[in-house]
Amino acid sequence: MTDQLKKILLGEQGLVVIFVVAFALVSLLVPNFLTDRNMLGLLQSVVTVGIVACTMMFCLAARDFDLSVGSIVAFAGMVAVMASNYTGSILLGLLAAIACGAFVGFINGVVIAKFRINALITTLATMQIVRGFALIASDGRAVGINSPDFYQLALSKLLGIPTPVWVLAILFCIFGFVLNRTVFGKNTLAIGGNPEASRLAGVNVDRTRIWIFALQGVVCGIAGILLASRITSGQPNAAVGLELSVISACVLGGVSLAGGRATMSGVIVGVLIMGIAENAMNLLNIPAFYQYIVRGVILLLAVLLDNLRSSALGRR
Amino acid sequence: MSFLDFSHITKTYPGVKALSDVSFGVDKGAVHGLMGENGAGKSTLIKILSGDQHADEGEISIDGKVQAYASTRDAFDNGVIVIHQELQLVPELTVAENLSLGRFPANAGIIAGRRMLGDVGAKLKSAGIDIDMRRKVKTLSIGERQMVEIAKAVMLDARVIALDEPTSSLSSRESEILFALIDRLRGEGKVIIYVSHRLDEVFRLCDSLTVLRDGKLAAHHASLKGVTRDQVVAEMVGREISDIWGFRERKTGDVRLKVDALSGPKLKTPASFEARAGEIVGFFGLIGAGRSELMRLVYGADPRTGGTITVDGKLVRATDPRGMIRAGIVLCSEDRKHDGIIQGRSVEENINISSRRHHARFGVLNRASEIATAETFIKKLKVRTPSRKQDIINLSGGNQQKVILGRWLSEQGVRVLIVDEPTRGIDVGAKSEIYELLYQLAQDGMAIVVVSSELPEVMGICDRILVMCGGRVSAELTRDQFAERAILAAALPDQKTPDAIAS
Repeated sequence: MTDQLKKILLGEQGLVVIFVVAFALVSLLVPNFLTDRNMLGLLQSVVTVGIVACTMMFCLAARDFDLSVGSIVAFAGMVAVMASNYTGSILLGLLAAIACGAFVGFINGVVIAKFRINALITTLATMQIVRGFALIASDGRAVGINSPDFYQLALSKLLGIPTPVWVLAILFCIFGFVLNRTVFGKNTLAIGGNPEASRLAGVNVDRTRIWIFALQGVVCGIAGILLASRITSGQPNAAVGLELSVISACVLGGVSLAGGRATMSGVIVGVLIMGIAENAMNLLNIPAFYQYIVRGVILLLAVLLDNLRSSALGRR
Repeated sequence: MSFLDFSHITKTYPGVKALSDVSFGVDKGAVHGLMGENGAGKSTLIKILSGDQHADEGEISIDGKVQAYASTRDAFDNGVIVIHQELQLVPELTVAENLSLGRFPANAGIIAGRRMLGDVGAKLKSAGIDIDMRRKVKTLSIGERQMVEIAKAVMLDARVIALDEPTSSLSSRESEILFALIDRLRGEGKVIIYVSHRLDEVFRLCDSLTVLRDGKLAAHHASLKGVTRDQVVAEMVGREISDIWGFRERKTGDVRLKVDALSGPKLKTPASFEARAGEIVGFFGLIGAGRSELMRLVYGADPRTGGTITVDGKLVRATDPRGMIRAGIVLCSEDRKHDGIIQGRSVEENINISSRRHHARFGVLNRASEIATAETFIKKLKVRTPSRKQDIINLSGGNQQKVILGRWLSEQGVRVLIVDEPTRGIDVGAKSEIYELLYQLAQDGMAIVVVSSELPEVMGICDRILVMCGGRVSAELTRDQFAERAILAAALPDQKTPDAIAS
């Protein structure tokens, strides 16, 4: 009996099993949890973390790290709002935001891959630089959105589900496919497994890493736009600490910080577990201060579980 | 009953019986060889001895007392010390500090430096180990580090010292020093367990020998008198291997690879050589002779500062591994773990990592062809793995090597295959399979370059041998000229040639 249980929990799909059990328990025990309204709210609340986690997964899988995502999200949101206000075209605003995100990511990638600066340090630097740009652009103030159409990005619905949730779902599908079914995805995992052996096996390591960071920038741009639309303004202080939530979600989802191991399904589960925990605590009126503790404990437990699983699989 | 006694040791891992009912004893003052193919259970036995793993059944006793260790530390305190292939020293600390680690002589937490040097110095001297105690470990050669590890065992007054493949990364001179030290420890009445793949060493050093096969005791020789090498090999593989080289004559064709005056930061003297289609060219030399450095230059693994490479008469412009693969040159590196396998990824992915670009469309993988490629090469190269999805880290060295060969063979159009130490750390059975494969590939027209530190190996399988010494090609011999003496003489540095290899 206990062996059986151990097998299930420590198996490939252990995390999914735990997720399903946790979901069922929360549904039963927390009033108002399993309602359409709350479910949609829950999904909307994980959009930003979920979108950025898609590419953070690649970053971690390649043994890299990106701390600058929170700043890029805020900066891209500012750019989107200010550029659409200035040009009067929302489309131009969105493109500008994504281009800015991609540019910052590209710079991260070049510095890390070509100049061989540690990713932690590089992105710690760009995190501050980009946050600075976001603050300078508006002199530290929030910038309101002129065109009401911009709000519609976050408010509009398709088949009863808000657009941002659709975007999240589509990105999950795209990056799941990219990770498992493309040369780029496999190269990413190989680099994380052993960078030098990958290079000697003919993988273009530098280019792959630059692409990973540039994609991360693009995705942060998208997340920034949706966030700005939801909070109806460009906030230079938005998404502070986002990088930690995103990395937590990825690690919860079984992505190895040592590189070489990542699955999209794991990351989705990781994102949802974080979302559900927060949502349930809000429904139960647990004060925000305690929520930090719960989140930390969940992360620690998840990592411990992962450790147990690795040793059970016999990866000595 | 012997001084060190293994009785009925059994150990099961999920899915594998690593050891079953293994019993033997070793006397005081004896060097006991432990041999067996990879996966035969040697490492498991050593791990149990060191307290790292626990036997499911059976027990170990020393001097009549049953030993039960909770941890390696516990084993340590009971005088059982295992020296692993990967050495466990702190590079930033000095020799003396490493040797005192955990037991620093101190006054109120402040290390008594002079006392430490005195204690360590006395021990080193009595053990006959000549190393400057004040040097940081990171500045020592691998051979010297090994000495420090053994010194650690001496410092602790170990009763049982197990050495796991101690010479795998030592030069022959360093090995000699190690052997002298082992002889000395034998004289002091220690029990030494010597795990090795090398028959020469075992026959030279050991008093008694145990051979394991598939987790079972295949043979126990209380004395090596009258035991032949062929017999031990047969015990290891469970069948007679008369000629492990199995050399076959081949016709050679035109020059495939022409390397002209190649030089790089680690190879100052320009080097040139050729390899013909169907030819197996061997590179022999001592460690540090520049063979691997030259091959890494050919493959573009390190940047080159001068020289040209021509394949089938066409100049190769590429300077990186990617370009070299496309030009038809591939390399299996000497350091499989660091430069070869992708840890944490499956056998399938390790095979397909390079060749998948031929099947992918717009960057999207062709799953069906990847699976087929993996299955083909697992079968063709007889890779022993439960499935193509197995993490490569769980395979034995020989099978990992086959996977890497599969990686290159799945690239159609390889013209030059360079293999650096193709059989290092690989058991006898897998060795002959790899040689057989090399003959087959040469037969099909590939030019093959084999770098090896094992003289019998290069003499056994190559059509031609180039000897390197101090960064230069010092001799070239065809098969009819092969003679151990001439090759060794060319490999040994003479005093007049300047050391062309940058450290």
